[in-house]
Amino acid sequence: MSTELLIALIPALPLAGFLFAVLAGSRLDRVPSHGHDDHGDSHADDHGGHAGHGGDGHDSGETDDSAFRAVPSEEEQALSSPHAGHADDLANSNGADGVIPADMNDGLGQAGHVVEGGPRPSYRSWWVPTALVGIAWAFSMVVFANVVFGGHVYHVSVYEWIVSGDFQIEIAFLVDGLTAALLLVVSTVGLLVHVYSIGYMDGDRGLWRFFAYLNLFMFSMLLLILGDNFLMLYVGWEAVGLCSYALIGFWYKKPSAAGAAKKAFVVNRVGDFGFGLGIMMIWTMLGTLNFEEVFAGIGGLDPTAVTVIALLLFAGAVGKSAQFPLHVWLPDAMEGPTPVSALIHAATMVNAGVYMVARANPIFAESPVAMWVVAGIGVFTAIFAAAIALTQNDIKKVLAYSTVSQLAYMFFALGIGAWVAAIFHLVSHGFFKGLLFMGSGSIIHGASGEQDMRFMGGLRDRMTWTYRTMVVGALALAGIPLFAGFFSKDEILAESFNRGYYLFYAVGVIVAFMTAFYTFRMIFMTFHGAWRGPRDAWHHVHESAPTMVWPLIILAVPTALAGLLLGIPPEGGFIHTWLEEVFHTAEEAGAGILSGSIAAGEHHGFELFGIGGLLLVIGASVGVAGIWLAYRWYVLDPEAPGRFVVRMPFGLGPGMYAASLNKYYVDDLYGLVWARGGVLVGNALWWFDAKVVDGAVNGAGWVAQRFGGLLRRAQTGRVENYGLGMAAGLALVLIAYLVMRP
Amino acid sequence: MSDLPILSLVVFSPLIGVLALVLVPRDNHRAMRWIALLAALASFGFSLALLGYNTGGAEFQYREDLSWIPAFGMRYTLGVDGLSVVLVLLTTVLSVVSIFYSWDPIRVRVKEYYAAMLLLMVGMLGVFVSLDLFLFYVFWEISLIPMYLIIGIWGGPRRIYATVKFVIYTLVGSLLMLVAILAVAIAHASAGHPFTFSYETLRGFGYADGLQALAFVAFFLAFAIKVPMWPFHTWLPDAHVEAPTAGSIILAGVLLKLGGYGFLRYSLPLLPDAAVSFAPIVIALAVIAVLYGAMVSMVQPDLKKLIAYSSVSHMGFVTLGAFVFNVQGLQGAIFQMISHGITTGALFLLVGVIYERTHDRAIAHMGGLNARMPQYAAIFGLFTFASIGLPGLSGFIGEFLVLLGAFQYSGWVAAATMLVVIMSAVYMLWMFQRIFFSVPSDWMRRWWPSLKDMSRNEWLALAPLIVLVVALGVFPGPVLDAISGPVDRIIEAIESSQGLTSFSLPW
Repeated sequence: MSTELLIALIPALPLAGFLFAVLAGSRLDRVPSHGHDDHGDSHADDHGGHAGHGGDGHDSGETDDSAFRAVPSEEEQALSSPHAGHADDLANSNGADGVIPADMNDGLGQAGHVVEGGPRPSYRSWWVPTALVGIAWAFSMVVFANVVFGGHVYHVSVYEWIVSGDFQIEIAFLVDGLTAALLLVVSTVGLLVHVYSIGYMDGDRGLWRFFAYLNLFMFSMLLLILGDNFLMLYVGWEAVGLCSYALIGFWYKKPSAAGAAKKAFVVNRVGDFGFGLGIMMIWTMLGTLNFEEVFAGIGGLDPTAVTVIALLLFAGAVGKSAQFPLHVWLPDAMEGPTPVSALIHAATMVNAGVYMVARANPIFAESPVAMWVVAGIGVFTAIFAAAIALTQNDIKKVLAYSTVSQLAYMFFALGIGAWVAAIFHLVSHGFFKGLLFMGSGSIIHGASGEQDMRFMGGLRDRMTWTYRTMVVGALALAGIPLFAGFFSKDEILAESFNRGYYLFYAVGVIVAFMTAFYTFRMIFMTFHGAWRGPRDAWHHVHESAPTMVWPLIILAVPTALAGLLLGIPPEGGFIHTWLEEVFHTAEEAGAGILSGSIAAGEHHGFELFGIGGLLLVIGASVGVAGIWLAYRWYVLDPEAPGRFVVRMPFGLGPGMYAASLNKYYVDDLYGLVWARGGVLVGNALWWFDAKVVDGAVNGAGWVAQRFGGLLRRAQTGRVENYGLGMAAGLALVLIAYLVMRP
Repeated sequence: MSDLPILSLVVFSPLIGVLALVLVPRDNHRAMRWIALLAALASFGFSLALLGYNTGGAEFQYREDLSWIPAFGMRYTLGVDGLSVVLVLLTTVLSVVSIFYSWDPIRVRVKEYYAAMLLLMVGMLGVFVSLDLFLFYVFWEISLIPMYLIIGIWGGPRRIYATVKFVIYTLVGSLLMLVAILAVAIAHASAGHPFTFSYETLRGFGYADGLQALAFVAFFLAFAIKVPMWPFHTWLPDAHVEAPTAGSIILAGVLLKLGGYGFLRYSLPLLPDAAVSFAPIVIALAVIAVLYGAMVSMVQPDLKKLIAYSSVSHMGFVTLGAFVFNVQGLQGAIFQMISHGITTGALFLLVGVIYERTHDRAIAHMGGLNARMPQYAAIFGLFTFASIGLPGLSGFIGEFLVLLGAFQYSGWVAAATMLVVIMSAVYMLWMFQRIFFSVPSDWMRRWWPSLKDMSRNEWLALAPLIVLVVALGVFPGPVLDAISGPVDRIIEAIESSQGLTSFSLPW
């Protein structure tokens, strides 16, 4: 098969998987009903997606009905929900008992999980989607090798999508080094998350739905990175947003999940507002949206226009990659199942913004203003989010803010023109953050759904492999030498120093310290010390199923090795050869524009016993220091953090702690201004609509009616009245004639 | 084949159905339903012949031209270009869908109901294929009366208020339009030409500026009320709320398109100078409609009202695209009409689905329906995202092209209009969340045991719309191809015009 065909098949395979899951998935899974009132119907619920199968479902539903009528369902549910082993079952049974009234329950656990203790459901819907993603992964690797080692760049066109006058958009793919980098992360983590989900989502009645969404996501994400023009990027961009919406809200019965899903979509749309306008502006000024044609023409545009375009595009990136001030959706997105958090909200979709800026590097490189904005937002968000991650107690929230902070690191790198370092960090972060999220899912799974780290502890004894792999991931995130994150993060810091952005460098180092601290705070709180959760829950703590553990082990390999393979020597590793072509023009253009004291051209390269070596040592030291502090505070002396807060100068400690814990109240502010404000304006306009606009219409109707009424009164039917009227009219005309006569 | 009067067959097959209905005994509802469905299907079948429209051929094809009222130069002239073809197909598809969907919900005065639906088809189809202005006017008015009856007889509790408002409002517009049609024809005749209402003849004539301005305003009011444009839209929410489901499908799906069609077929080519001069104010009103409709949608407690206001917003795109006078804007406007017809038609049908089960449309009364009706939720979700303009579904193409056209007119206009991508996500997803997710209301509990997922008939009714909304989003080519000719002609007419020169308007 030609590589072109493979490229076209890569997104097509998950699309086929999606269609398969939608059309056949519901019939492959057999979920026995659970002795609730309305069996036939609840079973028919399973048969979503197809007309004419209600009959089937009903029949088997009735057999189920007779078989399980004896099961005392509510009691059973109450007994077994702590055993159900899923975060959201527990979350629901804790706080939101009776979210679905018992008489309305359709036989699902609150979160859609089948209640344990009853007959096991049999699932077969996962394997076709997973197998197809596996094939797509294999194809991706072939393409990856051809591009990265063979030095090829591929153009594949599929068909003309939109033709409207001069506006012509083709569905076409472009695969170069940059796309290959994302292809590696997306297909690898994507496949592993599919495998992981088989274990994690086992027992969830919506399994086929879950795999359908996952495959649709893979399709959309691959479209996003493979597209050869801005509109295809936008299409993939919106489509991954849809999948994110569907998967965050997967456990739709939880009001918080449904709200988080909507929030994610809407906040992303705020960014898309800019992105869309940027695309329109590009086309209006250049008459094309094809990447290569746009980049060829961008130099001829007015610099202000280029800046406006770059900033509009960046607005989209800020939304999708959850940068301040549009970061608020990502932590909430943790309402989704953990495999989703690992895949979409850590390793792939959120990278789309970084990818977009990197892809559009010739545009950004033309605009110093835009570069400053990108770097500024990046640096600010990095420290802002890291400072929130310090105090979060929910394990997924720590990782979510960490993701925001690490993505911000990438933008920081992009903004200072360290393009390769940004993509390097994207790749290594994709692996180690995917690993950490899947590890956290394993913890949550093993700890009966507990997500609050204050009620964990000591898990390393019972979850050996989860512990080992997560420590690898944590070392990478903390930037400890030899692990992937060390090389990529250090390259960003070194570049910022070498280019003369000393303030940014300093902030970057502080963030690195905070990162190491909160990462190991998480490790120590969960795996070390003694179990702090409910006693009976400890009995259920167990290592996760092999389908969940193996992806962790596999991901630990690149997490440990990617830096060594790609990043040595620092600032000149293989990743630079690989991506050189993509950023060639931008590196040259940027060298002249950026205010860095050392332009890229005269860069001396890395010297172990020079500045470069010193920076490496600083980078490694802050990582170690962060871990050491976490060890002191969370293993040796758990009272220490409290004392520290109290002893902070001017009594600022508690206030700062509260501000960090409450995410600096940004969410509350947005809720007040946008959500409340929007409804207020909507209501005001509705009032205006009913009273003023419609009032005028009804008023006109009323006047016409009255006028008609008056006229009716004139129709008396008496000849003398008419005669009088005629005479009066005649007199009026005469008078008028006399008056107006010249 | 080519000798068959295809267009007459398309337009009048429903009328044959009406005649057949008369012969059916009063209580044989089954026969009536089948007759109505077959008549609509016949019309649909004939309309499929229009797929043979040759985009490279003559402007108007499938022409029929017969003498009608020779004394006044009125002729029975039919013909279609690409614009008409796509709208005729939309009309026949939606008519079949709505007649089929009426099968269960309509149980009283069945014969009159189907007669009204079929007559409505005749009027709507006639409007899209007439090439004689007077004939156009006649069909325009024919389409009004059946809808008056459909809302007034089979509607909700406030149906009389709603239907009278609808009819009077629309009549005000259409009578002004009649005056304008006569004025245009007389102006043409008084220049020494034979008296005629022929569209093709009247179109090329250079009318005096004063006449153009007045005629434009008269035409504009008729079309703006129909679209409906802000601030002439208040009849729409009332009409939708009271109309039966099938009435809403046709109202949103086709009747509103008569206004958009009027702009493109009559306002622009017939009176190009006035159109150019009035464009800024029309664009301003369109942008207001887009944003205002979305904001008001957000706070609607009634599902149908929410979708009705969202129609005001979506149809604002049509007007906007029509008056920015470039290829993308005009093609986008036409595509948006098709897409809105499919999407909103489907959404109204889906509202009907839940209304049939609970006899309620209050959003606050719902919740958690996904647990009970997952198929329904999935399809509702599909059309929700189509309405939001998700790429890959039909809504995106029209919206994006209109915005692209607007951007060429002015970046600020595009930016203001683009705000709706945020608002539409808010109002549609909030609605979706309140209906399908989280907690079912106490009120909904009562219906919970008896709630059934989509029936076979409901699936069948929706199937063509599901196919179209995806197919047009992925392969918009055929539609864009068909409408490129008509769009080029409109642009030619506009580009050769100077605007009104003898007097200036205040903007």
